[in-house]
Amino acid sequence: MQGLIDFLSQGGYAFYVWSAFGMTFALLVAEVVVLRRSRRTILQRVGRLARLRTQNVPPGEPS
Amino acid sequence: MKINWFKYASPTAFYPVAGRLVPVFGVAALALMLFALYWGFFETPERLGGTNPQKEYYRIIFIHVPAAWMSMWLYLVLAAWSAVGLVFNTRLSFMMANAVAPTGAIFTFLALWTGAFWGRPSWGTYWDWDPRLTSELILFFLYIGFMALHSAIDDNRRADQAAALLAIVGLVMLPIIYWSINCPDPNNCAALHQRSSVTDIESNILTAMLVMTLGFWLYSFAAAFARLRNIILLREQDSAWVRKMVDEAGAGPSSSPPPGAGAADGLDAGGHRASRGVSV
Amino acid sequence: MLNVFWCILQRDLTLALRRRTDVLTTLFFFVIVVSLFPLGVGSERELLRMLGPGVVWVAALLASMLALERLFAADYDDGTLEQLLLAGQPLSLLVLAKILAHWLLTGLPLVVVAPLMAMQYSLEATAIWVMMAALALGTPVLSLLGAIGAALTLGLRGGGILLSLLILPLYIPVLVYGAGAVSVSVIEIADTQPYFALLGAFLLGGLVLAPPAAAAALRISME
Repeated sequence: MQGLIDFLSQGGYAFYVWSAFGMTFALLVAEVVVLRRSRRTILQRVGRLARLRTQNVPPGEPS
Repeated sequence: MKINWFKYASPTAFYPVAGRLVPVFGVAALALMLFALYWGFFETPERLGGTNPQKEYYRIIFIHVPAAWMSMWLYLVLAAWSAVGLVFNTRLSFMMANAVAPTGAIFTFLALWTGAFWGRPSWGTYWDWDPRLTSELILFFLYIGFMALHSAIDDNRRADQAAALLAIVGLVMLPIIYWSINCPDPNNCAALHQRSSVTDIESNILTAMLVMTLGFWLYSFAAAFARLRNIILLREQDSAWVRKMVDEAGAGPSSSPPPGAGAADGLDAGGHRASRGVSV
Repeated sequence: MLNVFWCILQRDLTLALRRRTDVLTTLFFFVIVVSLFPLGVGSERELLRMLGPGVVWVAALLASMLALERLFAADYDDGTLEQLLLAGQPLSLLVLAKILAHWLLTGLPLVVVAPLMAMQYSLEATAIWVMMAALALGTPVLSLLGAIGAALTLGLRGGGILLSLLILPLYIPVLVYGAGAVSVSVIEIADTQPYFALLGAFLLGGLVLAPPAAAAALRISME
């Protein structure tokens, strides 16, 4: 337990160390999340467009 | 075995390749970063040696220096792909440059942010007009300019080429800018800032720093490839292979049918119109 | 070939002189920005003398950048630019002529009124001369670099703001050495020589590299 507290306090510089590491962690995670979400959005839209095409365009006619 | 590399210069061919590479690079990056964190926090001394010993806060070095290196390296990569794109007129190169830019901007911001939190305990200030800080800030502006110009132009082809040209102009200007910041007085230019020497650093600190750099590098690959896939999908959404792929995947989870009027509109306008509003 | 150069130059100057407000707006923007600073930072003589070179240079950067938006815009709107691209003459040369006209209309007036601005900041006579010389060497570089950005942002919504985002970071070397020359001249006039050498080098480099880059940017934007 004492070891954990010592580790977290970083010799009294916890604020600086964890602000730096925390922002790095947050931004990298945020980038991954944003990438995944935008991929999902794009796939959904492409799927919707594809379905609309099959509904609106008669088969055989080039779109 | 002979591989025809040019085959992969087409977005269609590269899309599945990138898809296979993303998890490989992602997992490797995560492993390396975790190792570097462990090594940096538990296997390094509590002080940075030398004439002016720094206490625990020096551990910011494990992300600060790798982030700064990556920010510069990724700008080189961005400019290189831009140049390849302008010379050979290959669409994938431009897409690659675009895929790298946000990750580069993130690392540039992180280098500044972590630098500020290292500067406060060691120099007593969050920001100083030190040449390196200033150059990093300018690099950040260049990344922002590249992305802003690209997103301001609706036509993909023009956006690609214009942003690529800007990246190359930026690359030509960067050394001049760096030099002018570094040496504002040409009459006495020498030794304005302390020279950092990687070889003087204690070997455990160096290990953690270099492993983290490698981890960031692989992470950049993974993020850039993932973004590249998004860009390809968005731009090729009207092509047969994307439609086929989506059909096979079951057309996605959304089931609510959109109103007919909007549907016809979206169809007629094609890719340009539809691609607005989604950021990649 | 030089004929074309003169032709474009004359045309642009004539057109601009028919609409003098554009030129005057840039000039008065410069005057106003410089005059506002003492109101903001206080009017102590020593402080102003120290800030003067930097303030005048930053105001010059902003003024020349504001004017950049119009460099190709009018020709783009009325289709002249398209004709220039098809003219069969080297586009770089045409672009250079337009840049020169632009500088004569927006850069040169700044050089001329700079002494008045310098007096507001109680700079000495030598510093004023140095400032004029530095501006004369530096503002053409601003126009040259800015032309690339103006060509890239041609016809875009919000092009002006975007232009500043793209171009201002590239202006830093000119700002550093332009303002530096004036600051140093207060201490030792002989020390200004390397500053002028560098500004001259930027100008020569810009003259060679910027017109082709701006021409390439125009072709990209006009496709």
